Amino acid sequence: MAVLLLAEVTDGALSMDATAKAVSAAAKLGDVTVLCAGAKAADAAKEAATIAGVSKVLCAEDALYGHRLAEPTAALIVSLAGSYSHIVAPATTDAKNILPRVAALLDVMVLSDVTAVVDADTFERPIYAGNAIQTVKSSDAKKVITFRTSTFDAAATGGSASVENIGAADNPGLSAWVEDKTATSDRPELTSAGIVVSGGRGVGSKDDFAIIEALADKLGAAVGASRAAVDSGYAPNDWQVGQTGKVVAPNLYVAVGISGAIQHLAGMKDSKVIVAINKDEEAPIFQVADFGLVADLFSAVPELTGKL
Amino acid sequence: MKVLVPVKRVVDYNVKVRVKSDGTGVDIANVKMSMNPFDEIAVEEAVRLREKGVVTEVIAVSCGVTQCTETLRTAMAIGADRAILVETNAELQPLAVAKLLKALAEKEGPHLFIMGKQAIDDDSNQTGQMLAALLDWPQATFASKVEMTGDTVNVTREVDGGLETLALQLPAVVTTDLRLNEPRYVTLPNIMKAKKKPLDEKTPADYGVDVTPRLSVAKTTEPEARKAGVIVKTVDELVAKLKEAGAI
Ligand SMILES: Cc1cc2nc3c(=O)[nH]c(=O)nc-3n(C[C@H](O)[C@H](O)[C@H](O)COP(=O)(O)OP(=O)(O)OC[C@H]3O[C@@H](n4cnc5c(N)ncnc54)[C@H](O)[C@@H]3O)c2cc1C
Ligand SMILES: Nc1ncnc2c1ncn2[C@@H]1O[C@H](COP(=O)(O)O)[C@@H](O)[C@H]1O
Repeated sequence: MAVLLLAEVTDGALSMDATAKAVSAAAKLGDVTVLCAGAKAADAAKEAATIAGVSKVLCAEDALYGHRLAEPTAALIVSLAGSYSHIVAPATTDAKNILPRVAALLDVMVLSDVTAVVDADTFERPIYAGNAIQTVKSSDAKKVITFRTSTFDAAATGGSASVENIGAADNPGLSAWVEDKTATSDRPELTSAGIVVSGGRGVGSKDDFAIIEALADKLGAAVGASRAAVDSGYAPNDWQVGQTGKVVAPNLYVAVGISGAIQHLAGMKDSKVIVAINKDEEAPIFQVADFGLVADLFSAVPELTGKL
Repeated sequence: MKVLVPVKRVVDYNVKVRVKSDGTGVDIANVKMSMNPFDEIAVEEAVRLREKGVVTEVIAVSCGVTQCTETLRTAMAIGADRAILVETNAELQPLAVAKLLKALAEKEGPHLFIMGKQAIDDDSNQTGQMLAALLDWPQATFASKVEMTGDTVNVTREVDGGLETLALQLPAVVTTDLRLNEPRYVTLPNIMKAKKKPLDEKTPADYGVDVTPRLSVAKTTEPEARKAGVIVKTVDELVAKLKEAGAI
C-alpha cells in the first residue's frame, strides 16, 4: 500500500513536528511519499526527506501554491492520487481546508482527526468533543485521512529519501490570496510545546493577559486561551484550545481562570499533567486537574511566576 | 442575490452525551436537540447581508429526520425567508449531504452558501469543502469576516498562524468560525412569523442522490477517563508537587 502525505509547509518552511507526527501515523499504512507544495518548497522537501520512514519526497514548487489555496492544491493532489491507496495529512487548518476538497473530487469521505490506526480500512476518531471514540471502517476505494497530531509521536529523523521535483497542476483560478495577519513570537508553537499556559475569561482583560504570558515565559511555555478569552479579545484566535480550536497534549497544561467546559476539555484533556487555578472550587476543570489551586489568579499566578 | 444556508440538527452543545453500554453508539434518546451552533452563526450572517441589502433571499436547508423542521423554523425565526427539508431517516454522512446540497444548488441557483465549519456531533469539518469541490466553486473556510463587493466576496479566515484574507469569485462556499458574529436571540413574534413562512419538503430521491454511508461504525467507546487529582492549598505546595511529578 502506498500513502501520499501532504506536508505542512508555510511560507516555504516545513512544520517538522506536525509532518513527522503524521508520518509516524501513516507509516502503519504503507510506503510514505511526502508532498511539499509551496511557492518555495525545496528546503522543506530536503528537510522532509530526513524524516525516518519517508520513502520519497515530491516537491511542487510554483507560485500557484504560495498560499496553499484550497482549489489549486486540491487539484495538484488529485492529479497525483492515482498511485496511492491513502491520502493523508496532519489535522492542521490547512489540511482541513484542502483534504475534504480532494476527497469529494475522488468521490470518497474524509476520516477527520484520526487518533489511531487499526488497519488499512479501520480507524479511531473522536466525536462529540471527544466524549466518545468511534471505530470506523471505510468502504471507499481510497482513504483520505487527517491525523490528530497530539496523539502520535513524531517520527525520528536520520532518513535520506530521494526528492523529485514535479510540475504544477491546473490552476482553477477561483480564488486569490489578499493578505495574512500573523503574529510572530519567540515562544514555542502551541501544538508542539512541552508546556502550555492558558488563560480564560477569568483573566478579565487583554492587559491582564500579561500575567499569563509572564508565567508562560518563565516556564518556556506556549500560551493558549479559552474561547471566551478569544471572543472577548484578550487573546488572538490562533491561541484557542478546544473542540473547535487547537488540540494539545503537552507534558504540563496550566489552566488559569478557565471553567472547564467540555469544548475546552476536548482540546487539552490528554495532557500529561494538568494544573488548574480557579477561584471557584466547583469549577469542572478541577475534575480533570492533577493539581488544583483554589485561588484568585491575580495573586496566585504572579506568586507562582516568582517562585519558579 | 440568493444565499443558501445548510443547518444541521444536533445534540445541544450543553449536553454531555453518554456512550451506550453495548458500544453501538451514543445515547441521544430524550436529549435536547438544537441547531448546530456554527449554523446559527451562518444564518445570522446571511440575514445580516439581506438586511444590508446585499442579498435578496435567504433559504435555510436541512437534511435529515422530520424533526429537522424545528431547526428550519428556528432558522426562519432568526430571519431566513423560506426553508427546504430534505427528509430521510437514513444516516447521512458529509459526502451525501454535500451531494444533496449540490443538487439543491442546481435547482435554486444561489450565489453563495454560508454554512458551519463543523457539526459538533460528528466533528467532521468537511461538508462545505466537499460541496465547493462538487460544484467547482471557490471556498473560504473558518470565516471570521465576510465582505461582499460586486461579484466577489472577501473572507477573513481563522487559520493556525492567525488570520488570512481571500477574495473569492461568486458563486462560492463560505464556512463560519466562532468570531464571525453573535447570533441574535429569537423573539416570540419572530417565532410566530416563522411558522407562516414556506417550508418545502423533499427527499433524496427527488434529487436522485445516493446517500449510502461510506463509513460504517464498528464500535463506539468511552474515552479514557482522567482520575481526579489533589487540591493544593498554597503556591508553594503546587511548586513542590510539580517538581515531585517531574513536570517542571
Ligand atoms: C460550537 C462551540 C464551540 C466551542 N469551542 C470551544 C473551544 O474550542 N475552546 C473553548 O475553550 N471553548 C469553546 N467553546 C466555549 C465553551 O462552551 C465555554 O463557553 C468556554 O470554554 C468558557 O471559557 P472560560 O472557561 O474562559 O469562561 P467561563 O466559563 O466564564 O469561566 C471563567 C472561569 O474563571 C474563573 N475566574 C474568574 N475570575 C477569577 C479570578 N480572579 N481568579 C481565578 N479564577 C477566576 C471563574 O471561576 C470561572 O470558572 C465552544 C462553544 C460552542 C458552542
Ligand atoms: N444533515 C445536514 N443538513 C444540513 N446541513 C448539514 C448537514 N450536515 C452537515 N451540514 C452542514 O455542513 C456543516 C459542516 O458539517 P460537518 O462536515 O459534518 O462537520 C454544518 O455546520 C452544516 O452547515
